[in-house]
Amino acid sequence: MKQLVLARRASQIKVELTQRVRKPYKEVIDVSWGDPHKAGVKPLSFVRQVIAACLYPQLLNSDRLPVDVRQRAQSLLKGCDGGSVGSYTATRGISEIVHRVSEFITRRDGGAPSYPENIFISPGSQWALRNILNVLVNSEASHRTGVLTPMPCYSVSLMSIRGLGAVTVPYNLREEQGWELQVEELHRALESAKGVCDPVALYVINPGNPAGYVQSRKSIQEVIQFVSEKRLFLLADEVYQDCVHGENSEFVSYKRVLAEMGPPLSDTVELASFHSASKGFLGECGLRGGYVELVNLDPAVKKYIYKLFSTDACAPVLGQFALDLMMKPPQPGDPSYPLYSVETQHIRTALVHNVKRVLEVVNNLPGFCCQPVKGAFVFPRLHLPPKAIQKAKEMGMQPDAFYCIRLLEEASVIVSPGCDYGQKEGTHHIRFHIMTPEDTMEEVLRRLSSFHTQFMKDFS
Amino acid sequence: MSATRLQLLSHRNVPLLSRGPNELLAGGGPRVRKLTSPTLSSSSPGRALSSLSATRRGLPKEKMSENGVLSRAKVLTIDTMNPTVKKVEYAVRGPIVLRAVELERELSEGMKKPFSEVIKANIGDAHAMGQQPITFFRQVLALCSYPELLNDSTFPEDAKSRARRILQSCGGNSMGSYTASQGIDSVRQDVACYIERRDGGVPCDPDDIYLTTGASDGIVTILKLLVCGEGATRTGVMISIPQYPLYSAALAELGAVQINYYLNEEKCWSMDISELQRALDEARRHCNPRALCVINPGNPTGQVQSRQCIEDVIRFAANERLLLMADEVYQDNVYAEGCQFHSFKKVLFEMGPEYSDTVELVSFHSTSKCYMGECGFRGGYMEIINMDDEVKAQLTKLVSVRLCPPVPGQALMDLVVNPPQPGEPSHDNFIKERTVTLSALAEKAKLTEQVLNTIQGISCNPVQGAMYSFPRITIPEKAIQEAMDKGQEPDMFYCMKMLEETGICLVPGSGFGQTDGTYHFRMTILPPTDKLTILLNKVKEFHQKFTQQYS
Repeated sequence: MKQLVLARRASQIKVELTQRVRKPYKEVIDVSWGDPHKAGVKPLSFVRQVIAACLYPQLLNSDRLPVDVRQRAQSLLKGCDGGSVGSYTATRGISEIVHRVSEFITRRDGGAPSYPENIFISPGSQWALRNILNVLVNSEASHRTGVLTPMPCYSVSLMSIRGLGAVTVPYNLREEQGWELQVEELHRALESAKGVCDPVALYVINPGNPAGYVQSRKSIQEVIQFVSEKRLFLLADEVYQDCVHGENSEFVSYKRVLAEMGPPLSDTVELASFHSASKGFLGECGLRGGYVELVNLDPAVKKYIYKLFSTDACAPVLGQFALDLMMKPPQPGDPSYPLYSVETQHIRTALVHNVKRVLEVVNNLPGFCCQPVKGAFVFPRLHLPPKAIQKAKEMGMQPDAFYCIRLLEEASVIVSPGCDYGQKEGTHHIRFHIMTPEDTMEEVLRRLSSFHTQFMKDFS
Repeated sequence: MSATRLQLLSHRNVPLLSRGPNELLAGGGPRVRKLTSPTLSSSSPGRALSSLSATRRGLPKEKMSENGVLSRAKVLTIDTMNPTVKKVEYAVRGPIVLRAVELERELSEGMKKPFSEVIKANIGDAHAMGQQPITFFRQVLALCSYPELLNDSTFPEDAKSRARRILQSCGGNSMGSYTASQGIDSVRQDVACYIERRDGGVPCDPDDIYLTTGASDGIVTILKLLVCGEGATRTGVMISIPQYPLYSAALAELGAVQINYYLNEEKCWSMDISELQRALDEARRHCNPRALCVINPGNPTGQVQSRQCIEDVIRFAANERLLLMADEVYQDNVYAEGCQFHSFKKVLFEMGPEYSDTVELVSFHSTSKCYMGECGFRGGYMEIINMDDEVKAQLTKLVSVRLCPPVPGQALMDLVVNPPQPGEPSHDNFIKERTVTLSALAEKAKLTEQVLNTIQGISCNPVQGAMYSFPRITIPEKAIQEAMDKGQEPDMFYCMKMLEETGICLVPGSGFGQTDGTYHFRMTILPPTDKLTILLNKVKEFHQKFTQQYS
């Protein structure tokens, strides 16, 4: 697996750097993960203060931490058996936190009601996705189950689907139109599955991964009509919903659009939507806190889903806390609000700045072409010279993977190759994350530019 | 000269994960049953987004009802869903617990009950029952979460240096970064050192260590790797009866064959090689047995296997070519005199290269039990011994789908395997806290066994280790009959009655498996001693009353 090759080489290089082996750069910059902290973004102080106080409640007895932090920690600990973060919780998650999540969803979706009994908190959204897929994928049927997936698509989701024995049925996103999801393409993909597998679900990622698009309301409506007409279960991966920026782009959830479309669609389309504390301003990937909300599911099926989640015991308590803090951050007037506001503003400003700079720099480099970016990732197209493609072939690598290895070796920057996500035959891309500090992104762009220019020259 | 390793698990007999990107297979799979079309479902559509729709009987596509409104069946119904998921049961969080939660709610709403609180003695959750966390661990984790506290003089220096070391191995010096799927390198190294120390120097390769989201995650992952085949070649996995129901749930979900071997209740729940042989021989007629699961110390039974027994099991697994799965999460919970924890790995290596080079063994540990009791962190690891390299590569791929285990759990595991050393500031307090916790558990284990054995109609084996008692109960015929009429297992009926009358929540033995015609319940030994005493007396009262009532 290419990711492993890259990761292994990156570890080696990091070790070599500590051993003072001479490299062109002092440290490796890793922007290949959807992981803000890894790229240098600092955790939010309020979040970490609350978590520290919950871990070590002696901190509640001093003035070391702001009063709203202490109050929040106390309130969270009350929801824990024995007042300890070391206890198991209810299967769905701590009841108060599950309620908080459903309140957040209702607010976000302009009042469309959300019910706690439809929500499961899990160790990250992928875990929940896997559980739902497990219920959908009929392992005993004579025909393999199919799931329609975007191309390009987040690779871990593809692995989860295939790992359960299902077939991924790709629908192409239109790169030239900003990676637009076109409904004709959904029809074509479904057609292609005839006689091959039995499609039961459509998986969408909005905002996108690896391509940073944000779907329009109209596009979401079309998808909903399509799944209703074709009787497909809708899986909406919305973990990057807080990473949206830029003009004329606003995240609207599948659930909200569905509610607004009214009956019969709003009563019948079966939807599972996923969110997480790993992205957005919190970026707490390592705490493993995510959730799934189920809409219009058969109650009998929900009982089995509950049983499935119960065998996982529960999501890690600190991950549940991260979700809670994400759903209800400090408010104006709270002692922690000023700092929280400054920190989130800083992240937001960096994001806007980074997008602008990335598009400027990348689109000015010959051989590079980048669609407008509205989400967390940049997925520029690489027009590689034939000599480079040939060299890659000789080395038994995909051309964009070859590019990425060279970028790592010569510029100590890690990005991921488009071949990991699926892409149109003959096209090549790289993906990197843009939720980084501004100076980190500047450095990435500096190194990328000089590397790219040299690379194109070397293989001309 | 070591024997040539004929791997049980090779890339040829392990379900491979990766195929080409965007592969569409031609032709159907080899399954027997045809996919049935959605049939009439009598369940209501459930909560709608707007006003609740009236309940309608759904037809496969659409039908016009009397007033001309179209209705439709769901895409995902109990008929179209994955059939293996329907077989999943997990008694520890099952119906009796749901009822206990309901009762708690009713109590808090002021409803009158014959008891003032619900006591959840069903789940092995020490902190929920008042066990205190280890101070040092929580200090280090707090420092890792909010490193500004490194400037706080109220934290000891050794806690600070541990925190710095952990943070250094995290991306961006934050516990919020993803780690490698296999777990943080330095933590795996520390785990390997711990295992070497524990096993008297038997070498451990950090590459063989996988950090997991609780031991359950590791167990399910290995089972996923193992299960393949069809019909008579379908994978069978041997599991003890009684067993921790995660195993039966996972096997059901994976569509594997569960092969039951009975522990000997008369001999303090010991393992009997002849019983293993019987179970295996019988199973070979209809499936392909590939693994043997052992829980030591045992759950729910609490037995601690002798060294001889472990040797015999290893020999059996070697002869019969079975992968050994050793669930050792209770390894520090050993109470009875004359009992000692012997790790499968240590015994394996002491048996010499004929076994240590060939037997495929996976052992599991966790931060949820022992003296830590940190269930909520979901921390754990597994050590993989003698696994085929290509299979290990598949395993590494499989774990990457989970991204990574929770980082606080990984950090906690690091502290568990690397606690304060003599001379360090936190050492004395750490030893004190650990000793207090473990000796309290030992005391409670003894107390539980004693009191339960004074009850006529209840008989309890010594609780040698782990966290539970699993006494045998005599249920009168009349009660058995009433239970059957209700469609309930007799011990579920018994436990439900106990819950309603005393507020004590236990798990019926039927949730773990037991010899036909016998009944048990599992009760934790975790409540504080004075509360436990009250509990045990309530159980006594209830049992006497119940027996009387149904005589």
